[in-house]
Amino acid sequence: MVSLPLLLQEAHAAYEPILPAWILLLPLIGAAVNGIGAFMWRGNKSIPSLVGPLAVIGAFVIVVLNFVAMLTAAPHDPAIVSMWTWMAAGSLSVGVDLQFDQLSILMCLVVTGVSSVIHVYSVGYMGEDPGYSRYFAYLNLFVFFMLVLVLGANFPITFVGWEGVGLCSYLLIGFWYENQDFASAGKKAFVVNRIGDFGFLIGMFLIFVHFGTLSYTQVFAAAPATLAYGGAVVTVITLFLFLGCTGKSAQIPLYVWLPDAMAGPTPVSALIHAATMVTAGVYLVARTSVLFAMSPVSQAVVAAVGAGTALFAATIATQQYDIKKVLAYSTVSQLGYMFLAVGVGAYTAGVFHLMTHAFFKALLFLGSGAVIHAMHHAYHEVHSHEDPNDMRNQGGLRRYMPITFTTMWVGTLAISGIIPFAGFFSKDEIIWYTGAYGYGILWGVALLTAMLTAGYMTRLMVMTFYGENRTGENAKSHLREVPAVMWIPLAILAVLSVIGGWVNIPDALPVLPGVHAFHDWLHPIFAPARGILESHGLNEAHASPIGGGEAMWAGISTVAAAVVILLTFRALIHRTWKPAAESVDPTGLAGVLYNKWYVDELYDRMVILPLLALWRGCWRIVDAGLIDGSINGLASSTRAVGWIGSLFQTGRVSTYMFYFVTGVLVILATFLF
Amino acid sequence: MSFFESHWVLTVLLLLPLAGGVACLFAGEEDAKHVALGTSVVAWLVSLPLFWTFQQGTAALQNFVSIPWIGQWGIGYTVGIDGISLLMVMLTTFIMPMAILGSYSYIKRQQQSYYGMLLILMSAMIGVFIALDMFLFFLFWELMLIPMYFLIGVWGGERRIYAAIKFFLFTAVGSLLMLVAIVTLVYLYFRQFGVLTFAYNDLVQLPITRSLQFWLFAAFALAFAIKVPLFPFHTWLPDAHVEAPTAGSVILAGVLLKMGTYGFLRFAMPFFSYAATSDLVVNTIIVLSLIGITYGAWVAAVQPDAKKLVAYTSVAHLGFVMLGLFALTSESVQGGILQMVNHGISTGALFLLIGMLYERRHTRMIEDFGGIAKVMPFFAFAFVVVALSSIGLPGTNGFVGEFLILIGTFKTHPVAATIAATGVIFAAAYMLPMVQRILYGPVDSDENRGLKDLSLRERIVLLPALVMIIVIGVYPGPFLARTAPSVNALLEQIEVRAVQAPVEPLDADVRFDHMLILGLHGD
Repeated sequence: MVSLPLLLQEAHAAYEPILPAWILLLPLIGAAVNGIGAFMWRGNKSIPSLVGPLAVIGAFVIVVLNFVAMLTAAPHDPAIVSMWTWMAAGSLSVGVDLQFDQLSILMCLVVTGVSSVIHVYSVGYMGEDPGYSRYFAYLNLFVFFMLVLVLGANFPITFVGWEGVGLCSYLLIGFWYENQDFASAGKKAFVVNRIGDFGFLIGMFLIFVHFGTLSYTQVFAAAPATLAYGGAVVTVITLFLFLGCTGKSAQIPLYVWLPDAMAGPTPVSALIHAATMVTAGVYLVARTSVLFAMSPVSQAVVAAVGAGTALFAATIATQQYDIKKVLAYSTVSQLGYMFLAVGVGAYTAGVFHLMTHAFFKALLFLGSGAVIHAMHHAYHEVHSHEDPNDMRNQGGLRRYMPITFTTMWVGTLAISGIIPFAGFFSKDEIIWYTGAYGYGILWGVALLTAMLTAGYMTRLMVMTFYGENRTGENAKSHLREVPAVMWIPLAILAVLSVIGGWVNIPDALPVLPGVHAFHDWLHPIFAPARGILESHGLNEAHASPIGGGEAMWAGISTVAAAVVILLTFRALIHRTWKPAAESVDPTGLAGVLYNKWYVDELYDRMVILPLLALWRGCWRIVDAGLIDGSINGLASSTRAVGWIGSLFQTGRVSTYMFYFVTGVLVILATFLF
Repeated sequence: MSFFESHWVLTVLLLLPLAGGVACLFAGEEDAKHVALGTSVVAWLVSLPLFWTFQQGTAALQNFVSIPWIGQWGIGYTVGIDGISLLMVMLTTFIMPMAILGSYSYIKRQQQSYYGMLLILMSAMIGVFIALDMFLFFLFWELMLIPMYFLIGVWGGERRIYAAIKFFLFTAVGSLLMLVAIVTLVYLYFRQFGVLTFAYNDLVQLPITRSLQFWLFAAFALAFAIKVPLFPFHTWLPDAHVEAPTAGSVILAGVLLKMGTYGFLRFAMPFFSYAATSDLVVNTIIVLSLIGITYGAWVAAVQPDAKKLVAYTSVAHLGFVMLGLFALTSESVQGGILQMVNHGISTGALFLLIGMLYERRHTRMIEDFGGIAKVMPFFAFAFVVVALSSIGLPGTNGFVGEFLILIGTFKTHPVAATIAATGVIFAAAYMLPMVQRILYGPVDSDENRGLKDLSLRERIVLLPALVMIIVIGVYPGPFLARTAPSVNALLEQIEVRAVQAPVEPLDADVRFDHMLILGLHGD
């Protein structure tokens, strides 16, 4: 083992990735050990409790070393680590290559950092679960694949991670597989994601056919010369890639799996379905920004789908009662913001929001997990089968869970974009650039969504933590704050949700010093794409559609959010809810939103049922009917012909004489006439 | 020169199972299985060094032996392997011990003949893959039918007789026309060169007029298409699979179906290069492959019987292979060959797993299960890994094969590749519901609650498959490196010969023969 100072010293000259393979190997080894443990020492909790978190924390430490080294060396080009040739045939050669650059290291920091916190939290949250070791095996495996995804130096390696995280998502959504609904939710996630993966595949094939390579550096270097700007090819390539993104990152039309994915344990929702995996689509657009920048059509589609999803999901979030469902739709909505950002060409802003969102959404999910943990415990004590997730069963929890309550408020203010919380800086940038780059309607949508966000989050806070407690007289006395192993992660994420945005502070804000660390860091990554956009006269405007500078609009959006929070708080604080069991489902517009615009039902009727009917028809009518029918028909007609033939074989000489004479007569007749 | 580089290793490999098979017939009722297992493991061990001693970077036939057999007809004992047949032989010797050990507890009657049949079948399969004489090839091709017929017909399920006859008739009909075509080839060669020969290396040089190529190709193609099976010749497969004992299904899916795709690659395509690369044939086969990929998956998705479901997935998977072969790019053909191996391993393992369930519950109906993961965790683990390989998840073998096929096909037929790529969605749509309904959910029946997890023997049966699924998925290099020279040489040969194929034969006599065969001659 080389000593740390030496490693850093070496890195100072030129950046060389430090222990690159170990970043991946540690989580993989963790997964293997815990996986074996799930069979061999199932009752043992101490091994997974150690191995699971340490494997990820170890990877985090190596990533930090690499980050520091990269910070010192400030390399302009990515460092590629080639491990072995994976697939080579004909002109195709795909290596197991890792790419270390500012974007992948940033993603690694977020992934391993948030994962470390959530692994520790899981020790508390999953402590009583009989599948404890299996849980950590899946979670470690997820981290492994997520790191493969962000570190891959070519499309196929990213795709390995892409589908690998999908597998882990599937396994973890259906972690409590004895519940048929949970298992179905996992299956739905996998199948819907596969629709997206189909797009990713076709995008890859097109790239290979046009570039002859699938390596990122080669494709991006060749792209401006190889493909025509704004041409059909680059548009089709990027739209297929984006189809993949809508699957993985839960955008319209493939978002439907994510709300159902909340069936998984809550730390999983926090890690996979909020902070990391679902941002993979944003990462892919950012990674391939050169290609997207070459297609104005695709950029516009990404922006429009992002904005549309942001608003659409936010409306649904306003009427959900399951605390995790609110957060799930909130995630879909926030991912929409990120796509809006990368769609309008504000790539850095998109990745910035990806990072801050990872902090505050992980915090919010873990906070909701703390609530559910406490509720579950209370109901368990009194043998009640009420739904611990339903906010109508909660209320007044701030008295029982002060730490969770406080940290949840931090998360709420962050996601609502209140200054100086992390979400303010990233969301403000997105809204500002959307307007400044001239996307007037989308800018309005983004602003409206920001207000809805503040609204549904305040509703969540009020229903969960304020007012009278609705858990039930007996269960109430068992409500208590979660243990330190769970609230310390909350505290860490709360701190990040405050200061996480301070790496990028706009100059325009007079009260704070301008900091561009984040922009500067990612500059080498996005410079080519920005160059393409600017050389075509795009993204140059620097005024909002209705006047005013960034400072003014940052002020307006934060004030708007603050006003919504206050109004919602005042409107709801004195309202009383009945516990879920006594409530009736909402009707009217609220009912439509509560039922998620009936999109699941629509997909069922329009897609799934007709497909199943077609498939049954193929089996019953084509296979069993047409093909086998004619085969068996051929067999029986052969038998029938044979039977008719056998009638002539009477065994009597007289019959045969008769045939003979008839035959002779027929032949003679043909000669005569 | 070591034994494994010598000429005789293939012959040893060919005769060893045959000898073991005869020994089984004379062994005691309870000893037969041990004899069979021992023989197959030794055969596997003999074949294993072939993989390493195989000379890479050359398309030349290796371990080549040619001895005159029926001299006056030009029939010889001619065997040898290139990279393609190497993998097929390895696949056969890999699958057989699993199939045999997997039968240990299931087969309880007439064990001597059962294991004897399995080993004779093994010889015949190896023979098909190494034969380089058309007579010898046809001999093994037909020999394969007999043990399989009995395996289904004697040790099969309720409708075993129907399935066995269906299997036999489908295959025999195809073979008959192929025999006619082989004889025609030999005859044409004789007319042109005055030499009577059945040798592959000779016949593959024979110039055949373009119009005649289509007829002869059709005769070969029908035999192989039935075996693959290509839509719409596939309906024997679900019946055969459902009724066959587990080992029968494993061998059927694992090896026998590959005889069809191998036949196209080794015989039909190089013999009749012009026809095989013509738009008519390529487009027809690609369309049928696409139907196989989509339709096979759709029908699989609605099957209530787990074994039948897996049988239909074979139609989809082999559709991928056929697509790869006829896209005629180096990537797609190599992917196709690798996918033949992958399908053998994964689908073989799936049939073994379903067989293990069947032995416990005596049902194959998916609805009879549920919550099996709770009572049989190791089974669940293996089942999920194998299912993911079948789905083609990256990191498993299935992905590498499908990816190479699709990306290679995309170069020449982008629309077809795009349609085929929808297969990745459907694969999830048929496999995951089965996984869910068998493994997940509550354990709601008493029969299922009492099930025992896999025994040590059963785990040993599955272990090689699980290992290979990951090994090929992560490091397919050694496999691709061995097929690359053979595939590239083959593609080049096909391309050159397609151009060279005569429009009309130069020699008047030969022209007359061609017309005669086509039935075109007037008086």
